[in-house]
Amino acid sequence: MLSKKQARAFFLGGTLVTFLIFIGLTVYSLSEGADQTNHENLTAEVVRGKEIWESNNCMGCHTILGEGAYYAPELTKVVDRLNVRYDGNGEEVIKSILMSKGPWQPNGRKMVAYGMTEQEASDVVAFFKWIGKIDLNGFDRIVSPLAKDKINN
Amino acid sequence: MKYKSQKVAYWFFALSMLLLVLQITYGFIMGFARIGFDNLHEFIPFNTARAVHTNLLVVWLLSGFMGAAYYIIPEEAQRELVNVKLAYVQLISLAVVGVVAVVGFHFNIWEGRKFLEIPRPLDYLVVVNVLLFLGLILTTLFKSKRRTTTALVLSMGLLFAALLYLPGMLPFDSQVTDSFFRWWVVHLWVEGVWELIMGGILSFLLIKLTGVDREVIEKWLYVIVGLTFLSGVLGTGHHYYYIGVNKIWLVVGGIFSALEPLAFLAMALFAVNMYRKGEKKHPNKLALYWTLGSAIVSFVGAGLLGFAHTLPQTNLYTHGTLVTAMHGHLAFWGAYAMIVLAIISYALPNMTGRKLYDSATGRMAFWLANIGMIGMTVAFGVAGVAQVYLERKFGMDFMQVQKEISIHFVVLILCATMFTTGIGLYIIDFYKHGKPTDEALEINE
Repeated sequence: MLSKKQARAFFLGGTLVTFLIFIGLTVYSLSEGADQTNHENLTAEVVRGKEIWESNNCMGCHTILGEGAYYAPELTKVVDRLNVRYDGNGEEVIKSILMSKGPWQPNGRKMVAYGMTEQEASDVVAFFKWIGKIDLNGFDRIVSPLAKDKINN
Repeated sequence: MKYKSQKVAYWFFALSMLLLVLQITYGFIMGFARIGFDNLHEFIPFNTARAVHTNLLVVWLLSGFMGAAYYIIPEEAQRELVNVKLAYVQLISLAVVGVVAVVGFHFNIWEGRKFLEIPRPLDYLVVVNVLLFLGLILTTLFKSKRRTTTALVLSMGLLFAALLYLPGMLPFDSQVTDSFFRWWVVHLWVEGVWELIMGGILSFLLIKLTGVDREVIEKWLYVIVGLTFLSGVLGTGHHYYYIGVNKIWLVVGGIFSALEPLAFLAMALFAVNMYRKGEKKHPNKLALYWTLGSAIVSFVGAGLLGFAHTLPQTNLYTHGTLVTAMHGHLAFWGAYAMIVLAIISYALPNMTGRKLYDSATGRMAFWLANIGMIGMTVAFGVAGVAQVYLERKFGMDFMQVQKEISIHFVVLILCATMFTTGIGLYIIDFYKHGKPTDEALEINE
């Protein structure tokens, strides 16, 4: 029968080993060759876009990379998706929503009117375009509607 | 109650109850917004309500864990807390940080990072607050000659929880790395070190309520927390499948997160077995309900429902849908909310001297809250599965799907009303116990 000492050794040993493997995998997956985070294409515009995204807590309604609040649409690949819907004017549509001083209520669900400047809206679009170029291990093809497939077909 | 300083726990528990009521209120605001009644949008838009809802959850649970530690550690260490006044300072500063953060959310002051919305300057105050708390707990422990496994596991959980808050404060320009290290905080908290805290509290309660030998209970406590880390640390990988990092996480996260239910299963079996083995029948039936309930519901909510969408093949479709909300609600309720309510149910009569051990309101509170939460979970689950099929399989537009599934949020609100009634009754019982008193010491002796 397992003794308390053995149980403690199992806890401490198991924790240490898995934690070391976890650190090793973290280093590996972010190292050159294995890295697929698209960080090499980060620009000042994209970084500013991310700051605007965070300072307005957009994730509190939307999702991006599948993370957020499920109240408003997933915004991974949003530029591609709106390009399909609005004859290649996806960027302009997004900017007009972000710059609008009046409330935006698609299908009755309200979005905060942010009234952004042209520059701020462009930065957010740059952020979305950067997100859209990340290799997401297949998730980008699942995000509805399948913009990539529609474009390819 | 054996030591006067344990009374400070009462005020942490009271703060927990207050914040829980606020958390539920904001939950209703979100529920109504989802069925079209978002009349408060001008003042409390959905993103504000959500940030308040999730952050209050974290703060009331932390306040509950801290109260639990202030109650348990003196009893385990067999001495008074080293400084009670500082514990009150810590309580007030925790409440102030929580309230300032929540008020700020209404004025667009936040970080906008899921679960970690508290703005950076307040993060530093959180760190100071937690350091003060840990200082008091660890000094009390180290000044004592008696160091039990229960106290050590609980303290380790609290210490690691504090350390793991730090990766969330690292600045990143990339959304991917930002998200990657954010999960070091969120996942390794709720599927890692918080389980140590839960295990420590559970172990304390089982020792007190069942009378089973401490050595037996603590041996199994090691096995359970061992299983937790063995699966949970590498299980972090299930958050990395589709956020823009290497495919290796699909394999590692898939295998190890699939093992995570084992720790919860072990915890449920452990609690039920200890109850059956126990010869001591403690009169505090309500504490026993919440203790066993926590172990069982956490297995269902965190273990089974987590497993339901943790494999990469399934998660590819469920990632970023209401399926996550289904799992999240029952997991947090079973594992953490219920264990806090369990320790409160156990400690309250001991601190106040009023032995309301088995009241009708207390039982109703337990059943209504649990049935209500299970109903909410089912409503989220049905909405989530419908969303997956309509949006991800049939390619329907997001908002069209939201209209289709809005009926499930009517059910959600009805179940949430039942849940809230249960919590209301629990709080009435809490209030009926009155304030903690030194006279309770004499009654126990």
